[in-house]
Amino acid sequence: MAGQPGFPEILSLGPTGYGDELLFGAAVSVSIAVLAYALGLFIGIVGAMSKLYGSTLTRSIMQGYTTLVRAVPELILILILYYAGTATLNQLLESSGFAAIAINGFAAAVLVLGFVQGAYSTEVLRAAIQAIPVGQMEAARAYGMSPWLIFRRITIPSMLPYAIPGLANLWLIVTKDTALIAVVGYTELALATRQAAGNTKMYFTFFMTAGLIYLIITLVSQRGFAALEKRLRRGQRKLA
Amino acid sequence: MQHAAVKVDDLNRPVAVQVTDLHKRFGELEVLKGVSLTAREGSVVSMIGASGSGKSTFLRCINFLEMPTQGQIEVTGEKVALTRHKDGDLHPSDRKQLERIRTRLGMVFQSFNLWQHMTVLQNVIEAPVHVLGVPKAEAIERAEKLLHKVGLFEKRDQYPAFLSGGQQQRAAIARALCMEPKVMLFDEPTSALDPELVGEVLKVIRDLADEGRTMILVTHEMKFARSVSSHVIYLYKGVIEEEGPPSQVFGAPVSDRCRQFVSSAHA
Repeated sequence: MAGQPGFPEILSLGPTGYGDELLFGAAVSVSIAVLAYALGLFIGIVGAMSKLYGSTLTRSIMQGYTTLVRAVPELILILILYYAGTATLNQLLESSGFAAIAINGFAAAVLVLGFVQGAYSTEVLRAAIQAIPVGQMEAARAYGMSPWLIFRRITIPSMLPYAIPGLANLWLIVTKDTALIAVVGYTELALATRQAAGNTKMYFTFFMTAGLIYLIITLVSQRGFAALEKRLRRGQRKLA
Repeated sequence: MQHAAVKVDDLNRPVAVQVTDLHKRFGELEVLKGVSLTAREGSVVSMIGASGSGKSTFLRCINFLEMPTQGQIEVTGEKVALTRHKDGDLHPSDRKQLERIRTRLGMVFQSFNLWQHMTVLQNVIEAPVHVLGVPKAEAIERAEKLLHKVGLFEKRDQYPAFLSGGQQQRAAIARALCMEPKVMLFDEPTSALDPELVGEVLKVIRDLADEGRTMILVTHEMKFARSVSSHVIYLYKGVIEEEGPPSQVFGAPVSDRCRQFVSSAHA
């Protein structure tokens, strides 16, 4: 511990400070969040459409998925999916004559968080699609649009204003859920912070700094979503 | 009425829409009990009747926004292939055919149904560009002409929510016309409008009739139906109670119910 720099210097970039480690951790966290969020949106769109227009079988599968994922704590899900998922995959590989593989922590984090996000996105998007006035769809059908064209040109842009507040919530949740990935030993912002704090015993400094970084991510995101919502609502009248 | 010329159905003109023996059932309730209609090119067929008589349902069956329980529909000589669905109604068997048929039928709704996320101009060119494949520049040119015609050129970059009901309905008519449909279908186009806005929409519809457009019009505007139609159908509880030229249906109806209905409506 001899010669360890004090408060602001400990956060500097370079060999004596931990600033670069934290920033790298933050970049990893944001990358995981972006990809998991995108995966969740994709699952959500497929899930919402299957819940609304699917056969009885696909509807029950989606119902089971959203119920289970939303019932179990994220931490437990991450542990189940990461450890059990890896073990099952390797068992399958070995039994079919392939070598076991080490699962990339980053990919696993994206897949697991995306899978969790997908369940919540499904519900947000389903409700948003149901909020579209019936006449919007009827007009599209009456003008000879195909289902795919209606989906692209009418359903998606009409439901977004209703979905945006829910989707913004989900984005903020996933940025913080990336911290749970620390339990499987992958270094993102939370684990980088814990390591730095443990090495220096400067817990307050490092956890406050990490908290501040999460706060900055949130503030920037809020600005972004506010601008997006304003644009998506350009065809709507403001309440007087 | 400034229009002295009375529209008469020319029986030599080709048939644009032919509906034969249409039935529609909602569960136990049979809303349409075998209604037929023939609209020849250039004719204006109006459907009148009390609320709940089935006239809107009938119109919505023509372009399959409602699936008929029984019957046959032919548009410009093409019969729509139908298959019995497990819900008990007939559904079009060929999606491509259905979409093709729909492009020939320009629908105008009671509640306008303009797409809220698009400007007036974008609404008008949407289906021509994406369904018919008209080049965008050509569609815009066509759309601007139509917006001039319905008096909305200045509003082309506005979103529908910022227009009055009458303006929205005129934009919706331009949207339908931009598809260059064979037949225009009007589903109570003025029922959702404030009384002072009804006139501007009726004027646009009358201009279309004068141009010789084929139209099927469901309406509560009796005076208008009387002056603009070539054929009038009075529907009562899902059956045609009286039909014929406006002079007969409004002037000398055979059915007592029809006489009562048109006299109470001050036609």
